[in-house]
Amino acid sequence: MAHFDEKAKPFSHQWMNDRLAVDTVKKVLSTEYWIPKNINFLWAMGMILAATFGLLIVSGIFLVMYYQPDTKTAFDSVNYTIMTEVGYGWLWRHIHGVAASVVFLIIYIHMFTGIYYGSYKRGREMIWLSGMLLFVLFSAEAFSGYMLPWGQMSYWAGMVITNLFGGFTKDFLGGIGNIPAVVEWIRGDYVPGQAFLSRFFMLHVFLLPLVIIGVIVLHFAALRIPHVNNQDGEEFDFEESAKLYKEDSKKESKVIPFNPVFLSKDIFVMGIYFVLFFYLVFYHFEFAMDPVNFDPADGLKTPLHIYPEWYFLWSYEILRPFPFNVGLVAFGFAQVAFFLLPFLDRSPVVAPANRRGLFKFWFWLMLVDMIVLTVMGKLPPQGAWTIVGMVAAIIFILLFILLPFITKNEKKA
Amino acid sequence: MSSRRDFMGMALGGFAALGGIAALYAAKRTWDPLPSVKAGGFTTIDLSAAKENELAVEKWRGKPIFILKKNASMPKSDRDVVVGGNHYLVVIGSCTHLGCIPAYLPGDLMFKCACHGGEFNTAGVNTFGPPPRPLDIPPFKISGTSLVLGESGPEYEKMLAAGLTQSV
Amino acid sequence: MKEFKILAVVAFFTLVTYWGVEPFAHSQMHKEVESNNFVYDGKADIEEANNAIEVAKNITDAKKKATVLDAANKKLVAKKAFWAEVSQISKLQGNAVAGEASFALCMACHNGSGVNMGGVVPPKLDNAGSLYDKNYLIALLKDPAMASNVDHKYADTMMHPMGTIKTMITTPQQIADVVAFIKTKKVAKLTPEVAFEDACGRCHANRYGNLTQLGATPKFKTEQEALAHRVKVLDEQDRIKAYMGKLPPDLSIMSRARSEIYMETFIQNPQSQLPNTSMPRVGLTSEGYGMVKAYLEKTGDPSKDARHALGPWVIVFFIIFTMLAYLWKKSQWKDLH
Repeated sequence: MAHFDEKAKPFSHQWMNDRLAVDTVKKVLSTEYWIPKNINFLWAMGMILAATFGLLIVSGIFLVMYYQPDTKTAFDSVNYTIMTEVGYGWLWRHIHGVAASVVFLIIYIHMFTGIYYGSYKRGREMIWLSGMLLFVLFSAEAFSGYMLPWGQMSYWAGMVITNLFGGFTKDFLGGIGNIPAVVEWIRGDYVPGQAFLSRFFMLHVFLLPLVIIGVIVLHFAALRIPHVNNQDGEEFDFEESAKLYKEDSKKESKVIPFNPVFLSKDIFVMGIYFVLFFYLVFYHFEFAMDPVNFDPADGLKTPLHIYPEWYFLWSYEILRPFPFNVGLVAFGFAQVAFFLLPFLDRSPVVAPANRRGLFKFWFWLMLVDMIVLTVMGKLPPQGAWTIVGMVAAIIFILLFILLPFITKNEKKA
Repeated sequence: MSSRRDFMGMALGGFAALGGIAALYAAKRTWDPLPSVKAGGFTTIDLSAAKENELAVEKWRGKPIFILKKNASMPKSDRDVVVGGNHYLVVIGSCTHLGCIPAYLPGDLMFKCACHGGEFNTAGVNTFGPPPRPLDIPPFKISGTSLVLGESGPEYEKMLAAGLTQSV
Repeated sequence: MKEFKILAVVAFFTLVTYWGVEPFAHSQMHKEVESNNFVYDGKADIEEANNAIEVAKNITDAKKKATVLDAANKKLVAKKAFWAEVSQISKLQGNAVAGEASFALCMACHNGSGVNMGGVVPPKLDNAGSLYDKNYLIALLKDPAMASNVDHKYADTMMHPMGTIKTMITTPQQIADVVAFIKTKKVAKLTPEVAFEDACGRCHANRYGNLTQLGATPKFKTEQEALAHRVKVLDEQDRIKAYMGKLPPDLSIMSRARSEIYMETFIQNPQSQLPNTSMPRVGLTSEGYGMVKAYLEKTGDPSKDARHALGPWVIVFFIIFTMLAYLWKKSQWKDLH
């Protein structure tokens, strides 16, 4: 039985401490949660992602008050009701649309930061895996959200992407991997229709956000034991450094507390990010709202060009240049490849890629290759572009196959 | 003692998992297409009512379906659906260019799309203009003098295999 | 400083990606069409006819090639002759007073009664002098199908809903007179909504502007009346559908679905962006198009003013926020190094 101070006034500090251990919680989660000092602004991307997710939730709450998940009214509830009638409805919509696009830019920066500094291995595997899981969940969230305005691109992207779940063509492997029933099961119909729209609405506003919040908690928890990495991949004793900090030998200590020191830098970086973000919201939102989606969904009329949003283009391009069945295998590989990174990288060295021999080339080649894939993924599949796309797709796959070999004999830095 | 406790724990866990699987089955069924949707996915068309060289338009899965009974003088095609010795053109009436609905000109024995001038003959094959391929044939199964759209019968499978149409 | 170097690397790759998926990709997906600056001299039509000949030359089937090439050559000759004549007529001195008498012939159909005549409701001509270009009007009176660049739909212009004009106004001087009358007497100060209704509204609805093909939808007292009106609209839409091949799209938010340059070149010559489309050229003047565009932007992007009013405040707020955050960061980090 714990000891309670009988004289403590209700809700006083002492009273709260006795019941909720607020001092301990504060220490553990913020003032004595130690972060390395040797970091740069790329370490702020996590908090920027959290803030952007917050913006998405807040703007989403207001949008869902007027959005109607009905194939007959969805388009106008977004484009007329929210944009014209609802007070500041346009603002929420533009914030939601721009944030949905920008959040992926930050995710990619966050991911490549992790790859560059080797923050996915030597005890940090669970951070990487939970992060990749978040990437998949955010992709599903973005895709389901894209269905909701029920424009031409919503409908046809929904059609094309759900078709992929039908597996291989009938003539492949004696038809074993041909499962069109799965497509109909996902859609709840033979073509995207009312059942499709309402279930993606449910996924978008309830199930997926719930799961995302859960995995974010896991992602944060995964950081506690291996600690945050630093710019040099240096391993040091956090407890010893924390002691130095608390003894006011801050210069000698290699750590800083999350709150307020780490946070003060995060918030400064966040400020710069918000200036840019709101510039996009007010003056340059159209990059996040494809013009094709301002034509209402029409199942009888295929748009001239069908392409996913920019953040899916690299994996779409890995699907596209090959014959269908081969493409599907390549596409499946691209979806899991990054999950395997900690296990394909055989080197024990945790250091920036530029100090890691062949891995240096692997990193920059991968980055450039993914950008090439992204650009090719949007271009119409004609002429030279198809070949460039195919070469880039093959390089992508080869890079992952080669990774164990080029890291195996890496010298210790 | 401890092994017995383990056993009881496992028994409970196993039993709970059984319930979980049952619930998953219910969840799976909830996601299935509704009976009304499924019924809409299969349209039965009575071909005996069709008149020669007169276009009938039916609806299947939200798409217009053209049915044209051919008379003796009209050219036959291996894209025809043959029922009781009669040849029928059965296609999705949506232009393969940009999805407009072509009109049938019985005098000229052809389909003309008013949107971009695409033309198709009575076999549904594109003969002029921008359409990239013939009008698609919906999956069908012959059942007596009727046609069930949405089910693929051997005749349809043969057309698919011969590359006369693409699956929709 | 190291952080700036890292920032430069991040910014570089971000901008390259942006350039690739936006400006570059769109430049590859949509063909470049140049604006004719609202001059209707047939240059674009003749160029199209020339291109058709080039396409015909590449046909492999010899028999088909011969027929298509022959038709294409004939079309080029016809287009050249037609626009040369239009140019001749536009040099004539039109007499507005004489034109008024001939204009009475137009009123038989263009009477504002709202009755569909062979495809669409003929437009009211009250603002025609301000809305439509002189050269275009001359061409239209000479041969409506050629002027609108939809002659591919008609074997003979007489089949065009306005085709009979050729039997009513016949001489070049008569045409010049009528056009002079329209350009001097049928002028008005345009408003965006009127311009849209006159130029586009008989085929295209604009539901965000409460417009159907029959104009603004009034408020009805009973459901019966509302339904009766709805049926009238549906009937009109059916007639237009039969005429155009499909119902022309609602233009409520077309200004967001198409780029500015697309809309500007499309309206001058729909064929330039949608080859063989049944949409006729409308012949708007630059001023007339400005008004139509203003209306489309009003219904398509109603929050523009609010956005521009609020934008600077939010951005300034975050600039100040960032400055304060920088000072706080400096104070927190000053003892660390």
